[in-house]
Amino acid sequence: MADKLVADKHVRYILMAEKKKESFESVVMDHLRMNGAYWGLTTLDLLDKLGSVSAVSGGFAGNTGHDPHVIYTLSAVQILALFDKLSILDVQKVSSYIAGLQNKDGSFSGDMWGEVDTRFSYIAICCLSILKCLDKINVKKAVDYIVSCKNLDGGFGCTPGAESHARQIFCCVGALAITGNLHHVDKDLLGWWLCERQDYESGGLNGRPEKLPDVCYSWWVLSSLIMIDRVHWIEKGKLVKFILDCQDMDNGGISDNPKDAVDIFHTYFGVAGLSLLEYPGVKTIDPAYALPVHVINRILFTK
Amino acid sequence: MHGRPRKASKPEEEAASAAKAVKLRSLQSQFMTNHHDKIYTKEAIELSTKLLEINPEAYTAWNYRKLAVEDTLSRIESDPNLVNSIFDEELRVVENALRQNFKSYGAWHHRKWVLSKGHSSIGNELKLLDKFQRLDSRNFHAWNYRRFVVELTKRSEQDELQYTDDMINNNFSNYSAWHNRSVLLSSLLAQNADGFMPNEKIPDEYDFVHSAIFTDPDDQSGWFYHLWLLDQTLNVETPLLTSAWPSHGSTIILSGAGCLNSSSSKFTTFCSESGSFPLILYSDQAVGGVSSSTVTIDSELKGNEDLVWEPISNKNSQVSCVWVTHLKYVSSDPCEYKVKIRVGNSPGIISSRGYNFSAPYEFVFTAHVHDTVEDSQEGIVSWTDGFDIWDAKSKDLKSLVTLDRLEAEIDFEWRQEAIDSEVECFGILADSKIGKLTLARLLMAREVMVSDDAVKGVRYEEILQLYNELMALDSSHYQYYKDEHSVAFLHKVTSSSESLSRHLFRYRGMNNLVCLRLNNLSLSRIASVKKLLFVQMLDLSHNELHSTEGLEAMQLLCCLNLSHNRIRSFSALDSLRHVKQLKVLDVSHNHIGKHSVDTTRYLCSSPLSNSEWSQDGVGRQNPGLVTKYWDAYFVLRDLNLKQLDIAGNEISGDEFSSFVLQVVPKLVWLDGQKLGN
Repeated sequence: MADKLVADKHVRYILMAEKKKESFESVVMDHLRMNGAYWGLTTLDLLDKLGSVSAVSGGFAGNTGHDPHVIYTLSAVQILALFDKLSILDVQKVSSYIAGLQNKDGSFSGDMWGEVDTRFSYIAICCLSILKCLDKINVKKAVDYIVSCKNLDGGFGCTPGAESHARQIFCCVGALAITGNLHHVDKDLLGWWLCERQDYESGGLNGRPEKLPDVCYSWWVLSSLIMIDRVHWIEKGKLVKFILDCQDMDNGGISDNPKDAVDIFHTYFGVAGLSLLEYPGVKTIDPAYALPVHVINRILFTK
Repeated sequence: MHGRPRKASKPEEEAASAAKAVKLRSLQSQFMTNHHDKIYTKEAIELSTKLLEINPEAYTAWNYRKLAVEDTLSRIESDPNLVNSIFDEELRVVENALRQNFKSYGAWHHRKWVLSKGHSSIGNELKLLDKFQRLDSRNFHAWNYRRFVVELTKRSEQDELQYTDDMINNNFSNYSAWHNRSVLLSSLLAQNADGFMPNEKIPDEYDFVHSAIFTDPDDQSGWFYHLWLLDQTLNVETPLLTSAWPSHGSTIILSGAGCLNSSSSKFTTFCSESGSFPLILYSDQAVGGVSSSTVTIDSELKGNEDLVWEPISNKNSQVSCVWVTHLKYVSSDPCEYKVKIRVGNSPGIISSRGYNFSAPYEFVFTAHVHDTVEDSQEGIVSWTDGFDIWDAKSKDLKSLVTLDRLEAEIDFEWRQEAIDSEVECFGILADSKIGKLTLARLLMAREVMVSDDAVKGVRYEEILQLYNELMALDSSHYQYYKDEHSVAFLHKVTSSSESLSRHLFRYRGMNNLVCLRLNNLSLSRIASVKKLLFVQMLDLSHNELHSTEGLEAMQLLCCLNLSHNRIRSFSALDSLRHVKQLKVLDVSHNHIGKHSVDTTRYLCSSPLSNSEWSQDGVGRQNPGLVTKYWDAYFVLRDLNLKQLDIAGNEISGDEFSSFVLQVVPKLVWLDGQKLGN
């Protein structure tokens, strides 16, 4: 049983992962090195250890040589925001790339090949807001498209008619939050759906009904609940315990559940979840932008 | 890592993994060369096939394959067999990839891309989908793909509905099937398709979902579907006007900013420096289009042509349940005026779902304009002294009588029967969580079904008891049931004039303001505001509130006491920015500054939610403090407070107080101290 956050071990785990690039698991995820960098670096900042990492590389593909996609573009922008180095970007170019992916119905494609998903709506809005270029897209249509993905249970899916899933809910609620459109969310209906993700036994959260709890939902469900001011509907203490139980107390890192192997993805979501639960020693993270509050306040409150 | 157990890897495992990694690295770098040099030979394409077999998440490889297909197609003759074989190969590669990882976004999208080129039979695709359903009936990629195929091939909604029937009959614990069913059914109901009349279909669906809920009350698969059915039973499409202020048959007294020479404790007095009073319309659902052409005002009060109506809502919204305009009067011209309001005369008022009011509403009230005698005093408002008991014979509570639903085609019978039948059924599950919760919701639902006189018949005590039991039974969701309990409690308090008048007083200090005291009631949530539009002073102290969500409709509110609650930040008070009359606010002894996480950060209009803001002097001189106290800054500068109490919060102190004085220069009283010039 874990009774505390072994922060130092997680820091070491992340820094080692940077070096252990030649295992099969690492090579098979070559294409999302950019996301991995964002997850690792944000976790370090939340634990106040960002100084231990030096410069960052990368284009806006998942890794050098791979094709561009909004998923990796967002991580790139988020990483630069963390280091307060947004000025090195060609903001005009990046924002035009994203704006060019908006479709007539307001939705966004992930790249030139046209896959549409509300994840990409969130990514576009989050990214352009950080770059202060939201006016480059048709925000009203973007919002209309997101609202068209709202389901009868109050949740949101990838596309109109798709089943509610915590990941998509985070994306849609986040996008609506950033654009000042949370009035489109039925907070009580969605709040109840979200609070019922908490598993009575383990205290963990699942992503949709009758599924298993997983640490990554400590982010997606929790941040959604916070954005709509319904987080008091879950039992926070039990969730903290679940996240702590998912730590590898010896080698560092956090996994999706206590029995599985750790990875950077879940380490990030575990620490971010603890941040939202006000765990001592962890900086506050912004629930919509998924970056530390001090970073977002710095960017958005400057005229 | 999903599906990978945590265990120390043995040296043989690490060696094997490293060897695999070397192979994969070499494949990847060869692939990259082919991709960047645009090499689309058979061998190159075969290489990408191998790569995707090992790693279906290599998204660049899927992109490459699309380019390869387009390149090949451009170079061959348009022989349909050849073209088909190319597409068949793509579909085969997708199937292989999906076998590796049936959640691969790249694989599913590639299949859609091939299909949109006009290939494969629907029979094939549905067969493939059946295969995946059997592997995992909750695979949302498969369900999304199914909807894609259905759309492409124009399969009927009725057929798809039958498919959900089959899935559910096979295994009721299939939330994905219930979800799909709700989408199809709501579409068929909205179209009034043959055999899909709500009064017949909804009761049938109740029977159908019972199998899911009653077989295993802990399985959530049917819960949300049942809640949706309840919503369909209760929600009438046409909007209804549920209350207004001033209300039908009431009398109000209007004066200038000072005191009156006589205290008429029977009527509500409204004092205004600006010489105007609000007219509030409250509907049961958000509507748009309220304007001087859709609301006609018949009165001798001069200067009230072409009134501007505003929705009380977020800046980005043009719809709201609450609309307000301001009627002008001249206090130096004392007189009695009858004011007749007609709402919905022309069909411009539309709900967000596109429906008009079924018939216009009409109501009449009397406004007595009185002369002001003395200048307005700026004495401190007390929450303890200077109160009179409410006059039981007061005519003001006529305002509680909500407007009659004139000629509304609501068709209550089947709805009432459905609720009654459900109440009976759920009695069986009375010991389970979902049983108690559903029963409580059904009993509350009866409120909507009955007329105002019979509202007393609603079993509030039973509802409150159910929520108490739920707080004990399902302690993880204690606060959810607590909030519902507070809502039911407030509905009970406002259900009759008798119960409400026990909480009403008059404040002598300010022209016999109507004061509602709801303090020390363990309230965690505000509700029933539509019945409280006439309230001018509200005491909510010593409760468990963490937000003022809901108070925005209380346009007459000039004094609000929120001391000793659980307010964590000024962003939680965002709704008060709509209450333009607010002069006195007490938020002392709360939790402001105590918590690092702000749960109303995005429910407050600010630059964080991309709200436009103009920088003022305070912002220019103190950018650091504006960032530090951003929520206090944005909320307080939109209020016209004369009296504010903030002591007893962690944020309190000299720095914050002096910041407040800059942001609210017109403040007269801070924490009980009169401010100098």
